Amino acid sequence: MEVLESGLGELFQKPDVWGFREWVHKHKDKTLTSKLMSEQEAVTKFVKDGDYLGTELYGTVRAPMSLTREVIRQGRKHLKLAGQGIHEIDLLLAADLVDTLDITYIAWEVYGISSILRRAVESGRVKTADWSNGAITWRFKAAAMGVPFIPTLSMLGTDTLKYSSAKVVKCPFTGQKVALLPALFLDVGLIHVHRADKFGNCQIDGISGFAFELARASKKLIVSTEEIIDTEEIRKYPEHTIIPYFLVDAVVHAPFGSHPGEMCYMYWRDEEHLMSFLEESKDPAKTKAYLDKYVYGPKNHDEYIKLVGIDRLKKLQSMIGGR
Amino acid sequence: MSDYNETEFLICIAARLMADKTVAFVGTGIPMLAASLAKKMHAPDLIVAFEFGGTGASLEKLPLGVGDSRTFHKAVVAIGICDTMETAQRGFIEYGFLGGAQIDMYGNLNTTVIGKYWPPKVRLPGSGGANDVGSHCWKLISIMRQHDSKRFVKKLDFLTTPGYLTGPGSREEAGLPPNTGPYRVVSNLGLMAFDEKSKRMMLLATNPGVTTEQVIQNSEFEMLIADKVGINEPPTDKELKILRENVDPDKLYI
Repeated sequence: MEVLESGLGELFQKPDVWGFREWVHKHKDKTLTSKLMSEQEAVTKFVKDGDYLGTELYGTVRAPMSLTREVIRQGRKHLKLAGQGIHEIDLLLAADLVDTLDITYIAWEVYGISSILRRAVESGRVKTADWSNGAITWRFKAAAMGVPFIPTLSMLGTDTLKYSSAKVVKCPFTGQKVALLPALFLDVGLIHVHRADKFGNCQIDGISGFAFELARASKKLIVSTEEIIDTEEIRKYPEHTIIPYFLVDAVVHAPFGSHPGEMCYMYWRDEEHLMSFLEESKDPAKTKAYLDKYVYGPKNHDEYIKLVGIDRLKKLQSMIGGR
Repeated sequence: MSDYNETEFLICIAARLMADKTVAFVGTGIPMLAASLAKKMHAPDLIVAFEFGGTGASLEKLPLGVGDSRTFHKAVVAIGICDTMETAQRGFIEYGFLGGAQIDMYGNLNTTVIGKYWPPKVRLPGSGGANDVGSHCWKLISIMRQHDSKRFVKKLDFLTTPGYLTGPGSREEAGLPPNTGPYRVVSNLGLMAFDEKSKRMMLLATNPGVTTEQVIQNSEFEMLIADKVGINEPPTDKELKILRENVDPDKLYI
């Protein structure tokens, strides 16, 4: 295939198809053993300095916040990140644990741009490559497919392609130009779900964002869940199980694990908390104070929940709309 | 109820562009309000697609983001990003509605950086789904809240989302789907279209009280002017009532 154009962006994670195959062959255990553990144990065991980390969420929705806070508490550094994200990436950037970003969108939607992202990137501290949202998800899809790249007609003709590491080629079947996106195999994926059993069979209610793809693109997958339910129960509805247990390395029970974000049908997002964070995030000292209070202060998710307060969380539960 | 603000006007103009029985791929903010208003006015069967997988939501309550539970409340389907993006890529989605920090005369949009790429003077959010929307939807409608020469620019700092790129034929040359591209631009000063031959932005109608000269002055690039420039109908009492009482009663945006 003739390469017509190459993006100038650095390829932060080279697609290693055979390496990924070897890894899952060797490490993904198919025996039915409980993978229930605390977030401390999960992060200690499965997240290393320098890892390429992926978080799955949409905006502040179903965000793996309890796991992210633990990654920061343990100070895992020189991380590479893919985002699509916001609060979790803001916190990782604010804690100065990130070297590179494959970025599609990091901002607060209607509330505007991220001050923390601005400081991290404008100072030259964090390197970036840009992608469309479709493109970054298809990169996970390619990894999930076990192939080195996937074609798309997104990004053609734009600087988004120019500053990515995609390549434009002539299609060998039709002769048309297509963009090839390199598969993005993650060292670690973090996903928060509605319910799981102790083995790691996971179900998500509502839209599933890119959980399907990210779960399958991760060498190591840590799942946090609002509820742990019996295997008997979850296996009555296998059509709802989007992530089967053999993809999962750790299952962490984390009620309100998406707080201050929302969880559909369970609790609404904590506007008050987020609005004050947004204000504080404009100032580096206040950002640090936020990290001290909400991330480094509580030693685990249970303590975080106590800090936020159960009354407040119950109120958020009452604010979520029904079906 | 003749008093209205610029945001309300923008929403009404955008809503009127949403045709019944079509699919609209909408981003955060004004497009969401416009879609909700359109469904309650003239387009009950408008299918609204959100990038994280909610398609055909009732929009009884206004979403705060493109993935919150209101984006799939009583929806037709709730799947994931791949489904929405692939639906657009295979030609199912008529309209895309986006906003941007900068737009040029070919309708290209910048939402990535101000200044050079890295390290930039200002790091903006990035493409998100915008590039996909602008690449694949048949008709792109851009909503620019502030029409001035810093936003309607000769040269974008970064071309995030494709309009007509460098002019006639350039989308096709780049490999983008034929017969797609920018259709309308809605700003606080007026409504723009694109000249069929040159693919350049052209003023179609001004908002009441705005002159053609003002639009020219507030665009850094040379704005083409339609033979007959109309005047946009101000929001009707019915539009304003629905907008204020049913679309955004909590005044999140308006």
